[in-house]
Amino acid sequence: MDILNALVALANFVIVPATAYGAQLALGALGVTLIYGILRFSNFAHGDTMAFGTMAVVLTTWGLQAAGITGGPLPTALLALPVGIAATALLLLGTDRAVYRFYRVKKAVPVTFVIASLGVMFVMNGLVRFIIGPDDQRFADGERFLITARDFKEMTGLAEGLALKTTQVITVVVAVIVVAVLFWFLNKTRTGKSMRAYSDNEDLALLSGINPERVVMYTWLMVAALATIAGTLYGLDKSFKPFTYFQLLLPIFAAAIVGGLGSPLGAIAGGFVIAFAEVTITYPLKKVLGYLLPESLEPDGLVQLLSTDYKFAVSFVILIIVLLFRPTGLFKGKAV
Amino acid sequence: MTTQTQGQTTRALILFALVAALLVGTGVMQSWNVALTILNMGLISAVMALGVNIQWGYAGLFNVGIMGFVALGGLGAVLISMPPNTEAASAGGLRIALGLVLGAATVVAAILAYMRLPKFRGWATAAILLAGFFVFRSVLDPGVAAVEAVNPASEGNIGGLGLPVLLAWPVGGLLAAGAAWVIGKTALGLRSDYLAIATLGIAEIVIAVMKNEDWMARGVKNVIGLPRPVPYEVDLQQAEWFRELVTEFGTDPVTASTIFVKLAYAGLFGVILLGLIWLTQSALASPWGRMMRAIRDNETAAEAMGKDVTARHLQVFVLGSAVVGLAGAMMTTLDGQLTPGTYQPLRFTFLVWVMVIVGGSGNNWGAVLGGFLIWWLWVQVEPLGALLMQGITAGMADGSWLKAHLLDSVAHMRLLTMGLVLLLVLRFSPRGLLPER
Repeated sequence: MDILNALVALANFVIVPATAYGAQLALGALGVTLIYGILRFSNFAHGDTMAFGTMAVVLTTWGLQAAGITGGPLPTALLALPVGIAATALLLLGTDRAVYRFYRVKKAVPVTFVIASLGVMFVMNGLVRFIIGPDDQRFADGERFLITARDFKEMTGLAEGLALKTTQVITVVVAVIVVAVLFWFLNKTRTGKSMRAYSDNEDLALLSGINPERVVMYTWLMVAALATIAGTLYGLDKSFKPFTYFQLLLPIFAAAIVGGLGSPLGAIAGGFVIAFAEVTITYPLKKVLGYLLPESLEPDGLVQLLSTDYKFAVSFVILIIVLLFRPTGLFKGKAV
Repeated sequence: MTTQTQGQTTRALILFALVAALLVGTGVMQSWNVALTILNMGLISAVMALGVNIQWGYAGLFNVGIMGFVALGGLGAVLISMPPNTEAASAGGLRIALGLVLGAATVVAAILAYMRLPKFRGWATAAILLAGFFVFRSVLDPGVAAVEAVNPASEGNIGGLGLPVLLAWPVGGLLAAGAAWVIGKTALGLRSDYLAIATLGIAEIVIAVMKNEDWMARGVKNVIGLPRPVPYEVDLQQAEWFRELVTEFGTDPVTASTIFVKLAYAGLFGVILLGLIWLTQSALASPWGRMMRAIRDNETAAEAMGKDVTARHLQVFVLGSAVVGLAGAMMTTLDGQLTPGTYQPLRFTFLVWVMVIVGGSGNNWGAVLGGFLIWWLWVQVEPLGALLMQGITAGMADGSWLKAHLLDSVAHMRLLTMGLVLLLVLRFSPRGLLPER
């Protein structure tokens, strides 16, 4: 019984939240890694792109709610997603036209793109704050829980409860669908194949008649969808605040690098590695150990390795370890 | 002097005259207090921009963790200049010091184990780190608790050394340099994006540590009332010589005292800035400077000439970070308080980048110009934006939600403007206002 209780406690406080968070990070890291693979720069504006997409979704959600349309038990935001993705796609294509294309034609060095992305980051950040303000916005509606902790206890008779939030389940389901579609697209369609070819060897791809501007356009469209979905899922699960999205940049970059920059599979693995490490290390394990260890060995403290405020430190340390020992990441991303 | 460099000098003179005109204009239109506040932060911004220019302009190192080094400088100012807290120091100071030494020893032992051991080195390193972490926490935590229990409402930290605050400035620089050495040792020599992301991370961690480790500098409870290198306004108003001076000029003693204090700060900062410009300019003109630029422009060629590129990069990274730390200590002194909650990457990292890029990367005078110009703009965008918004919304009906929303959002014009300025300069004048010669 104790072992079961320990497992349930672990699932409730670590495994379930980390899985949802990992899925959100993975979607974010996929966007970063796609841009890196095709456009060959680290996009510092990605966090703010996610914020912009989520903002568009939040505003549409409010509009739908005002019109009396809801998703029933599901969050209305899911219905608003297409609008958010379209708005973000327009913004990203516009930025590419106004900012990045100039440097692409000039064949500027990657760091110029990075600096340009800093400028874009400022503008997007300002834009989001200008439109929706810097405050916390909650936009989740529908059923809050799939299973509440109390129901679970009554169902199983265990001392520990396992709560399953609707948003957590939706996050994982949506992430699986998105990743499946993405991989199908990259591996089976003509455009997806040309994107991979372009990423592998630009010159060879150009030689075989691939239109680079088309590849770039598709990349931005996919990034818009990924960023908006990642941001919306994160916002549903937690809440929407522009500054938090800016701060997500670090774990997302860490996930992309840990997995191997430019490798989509790596981005997903990296997202889960970072999320599980962050949640496990900042969660007080006393409860779990209390069930497992005999009474005499029971820990006095909370057995919280680091306070939650240091969650950035966790992604950072993992990042450093990977950089030192395996600079190309777990899945052999692009070197140099 | 060739005509080209002559033209450049004229250009620099005109642009600096423009900055002076902007400041004087602010003084006349708004108030001299506002103008001097902008000037003082402008001087500090110029020092920060110089530091970043040393890294980016000389060596092409992309550091986006400036905020962390600024904050470390501020921490240095607190630890050196605040009066000692003997009660707290005797309660847990020794334990904390021991804990930190043990923590450092663990890391060193792990690195040695990894480098020296013939077999199982991965496992041995991991075991040392894990065991060391628990020992570190078990020694440190009681000490932290003891220190934080001492008079928590107004103290609860180990206090400082009680030394003159001017001494804290170089120490702030040293703290930042130490952090830069550690981060440079790990991330330099890898590709440039990695340094960027590593520095982004270290900055967040520095801020997280400063916010949460209350024993060090009270965390988000803030340290206030740092000693000042210049006299207090109240004392000035009492002083005989100052009152005579004021009656001679025929001004109000209260305003005059605030202006006098700001001028004193401006003098101090100005001396530091001029000294740094002199140092950086001579460094850039020396063989060392030529070597740095050679490395920046073609690493492979420089390496083939026998230059140790990674070692030079580490050196220049540490130097630049030290200058940024110095600026951070100066800023904390000027504010008279350390408020970890106010360190935001957009303000302290990316704004400094805008200054360097706009001013002209690789040119020290350009960085200084960018520091003044962008800081002035950063402060003045808000009133200017408010005017603009009032103009735009003038025709709208009172009480409409759009009008209220637009007027409320003026505060966010800053970020938008800075982004646009950066993008426009990068596009149309990529070498900045004062290009490198």
